[in-house]
Amino acid sequence: MTAMDGRSLTDCLKGARLIAHHRPWPRYQLDEAGWRAMIDRLAVSSDWRLLGLWADGVEVHCALHDDVDASIAVLSMTPTDRRFPSLSAVRPSAIRLERALADLYGFEAEGLKDKRPWLDHGRWSATRPLSLSPGKPADAPFTYPFLAVEGEGLHQIPVGPVHAGIIEPGHFRFTCTGETIVRLEERLGYTHKGVEGAMAGRTVMEAARLAGRISGDSTVAYAIAFARAVEAAADTQAPPRADWIRALLAELERLSNHLMDIGAVCNDAAFPYLLAEGMVLRERVLSANQECFGHRLLMDCVIPGGVTVDVTRETTARLRALVDGLRLPFKKLVNIYDDLASLQDRTVSTGVVSPALAHRFGAGGYVGRASSHGNDARKEPGYPPYDELDFAVPVRPEGDVNARLWVRIGEVRASLSLIGAILDAMPGGALSRPIPTRGGEGMALVESFRGEILMWVRLSETGRVARCHPRDPSWFQWPLLEAAIENNIVADFPLINKSFNCSYSGSDL
Amino acid sequence: MSLFRQLFRQLLHGPRAIPSPGPDGGALAHLAERLDQQARVKLGRSLSIRAVDAGSCNACELEIHAVCGPTYDLERFGIHFVASPRHADILLVTGPLCANMSEALRRTYNATPDPKWVVAMGDCAADGGLFAGGYAVQGGIGEAVPVDLVIPGCPPTPEALLSGLLALLETAGGTVGGKASRS
Repeated sequence: MTAMDGRSLTDCLKGARLIAHHRPWPRYQLDEAGWRAMIDRLAVSSDWRLLGLWADGVEVHCALHDDVDASIAVLSMTPTDRRFPSLSAVRPSAIRLERALADLYGFEAEGLKDKRPWLDHGRWSATRPLSLSPGKPADAPFTYPFLAVEGEGLHQIPVGPVHAGIIEPGHFRFTCTGETIVRLEERLGYTHKGVEGAMAGRTVMEAARLAGRISGDSTVAYAIAFARAVEAAADTQAPPRADWIRALLAELERLSNHLMDIGAVCNDAAFPYLLAEGMVLRERVLSANQECFGHRLLMDCVIPGGVTVDVTRETTARLRALVDGLRLPFKKLVNIYDDLASLQDRTVSTGVVSPALAHRFGAGGYVGRASSHGNDARKEPGYPPYDELDFAVPVRPEGDVNARLWVRIGEVRASLSLIGAILDAMPGGALSRPIPTRGGEGMALVESFRGEILMWVRLSETGRVARCHPRDPSWFQWPLLEAAIENNIVADFPLINKSFNCSYSGSDL
Repeated sequence: MSLFRQLFRQLLHGPRAIPSPGPDGGALAHLAERLDQQARVKLGRSLSIRAVDAGSCNACELEIHAVCGPTYDLERFGIHFVASPRHADILLVTGPLCANMSEALRRTYNATPDPKWVVAMGDCAADGGLFAGGYAVQGGIGEAVPVDLVIPGCPPTPEALLSGLLALLETAGGTVGGKASRS
């Protein structure tokens, strides 16, 4: 295949070489001309969304979503001399992913302007550690050349990696004129734990524990994504009851995170009352989690093949009481926010992300939805049991801190209703099914509270994980924070940052 | 003015924190009292903690937030989190020791005035946990800084965190420099 003439993604790939045993979406192998044709096509097709870009030591893979006919495909090419044509000019969301590919695999994206290392700080015990032939460790830690900012009266504020608050490590370089931020540049990678390398060679059950610790606040969503990818690779399915219990756990996770973060955003606008109240409500959810499922954050409850926890009659009653008890106090908190002009003065028109930018980066979650970009993996591509559930996905156009707060408020309401609906319709049956020992490749898209997680897994014939790539939603949200902060004052950075609440651990891998 | 109505109503109620039952009632209450006495004797009723994330998955941070929240209300025991290591008595370190964070952790330790103690929070901080052995992880945080106490768990519950801080007060034993009786 040399040209992509068709209208949709599926049309374009009709002639391409299909790889067997990649589920549920097809994977095609392209030669370099085909890969370039894909890039040309991306340049003119704003409805083709980049879902992820990763490698396995031999090939580079790119997952695309066609918004028009909702098709998904993975396109792969084998780099020649470790080089492959860059997607960064047509999809800026690929920039950091390509920099990470160079660090981890030594694959160089031709045409990528920004060649600075991203995850590799020159401190690992090997360079290109995941490639087939890892290199010697760097002689000394790298000095990172931040982008130059020129102009009269500019000054810089370096922050991190150890921050003043209780948050994850990362470095922020602010260039300011007076109080106003001219440019923010992020330098991340401090929490790189080598997740992809650690996954390889493990059994699916061991790897599932690891998947649940890629970003602890999204442990349920990651565990579901990993389980679904493994089930796809092994061509099996979890029993229906497991799907419903997974959704129940996922909504509890969404609820507990939003309850804290809504308050935490207000706390960063110097209004700690809502944080205190939000923490009380969150604690109710976590205590119920502990009582019903044995873990406050619900770690290790979801495994490939099903779930390890059941929903008994007592659990159902306990969770119903929890949901009923949360509605009124939450409503009161929302009323307080809605009443306080002085608080909204900080949040309205602060940290704006334009809808066009959110669309270009394919940002998901509340960051995308607060900027008119409404995709939600529960709806599209969708997965059970959400296809049988009726729920609203709040979308707003303003793109500011206030809009992100209201999207989250809407999601809390939706989750409260969903938990009730899931408990009502919970089917009976088995909790899990063994994973057959067979090789294959699987991919899953799962909606965490933060946005869409992409998980790709290759299983060996012995049923172990050969390769695994988790793509956190934050990959496509962190770059937007740099844009959102421009022309805001330094004092509003914590507020804007919290309204994004990107995961460091999830995107540092 | 729903805020003032709600605030006024809350003035009539007791605090939101888990109440302190009698001396025999439950681990948390027991801890609260022990911690209170110990803190008075050793540290003038005040203990300042600086949290450092050496590469955690952020679950430990969620539980640190919980312990600072109104339900567990760490501050009622005279313990609070500070923004700078220069103001801290204790470094509470989470996560496996990521190679990319090891220098930052050492520098933070060196910036903390003596006497100081290091608490490794969670299974990853103890020995690298699930992430040990890779090219990017150097093990537990003990590879970079001397650890006085390990609070196990994945993540440790807020009660375990409170309980661990009490154990630290006991093992630190009031020795200046803090390294005489490491656990």
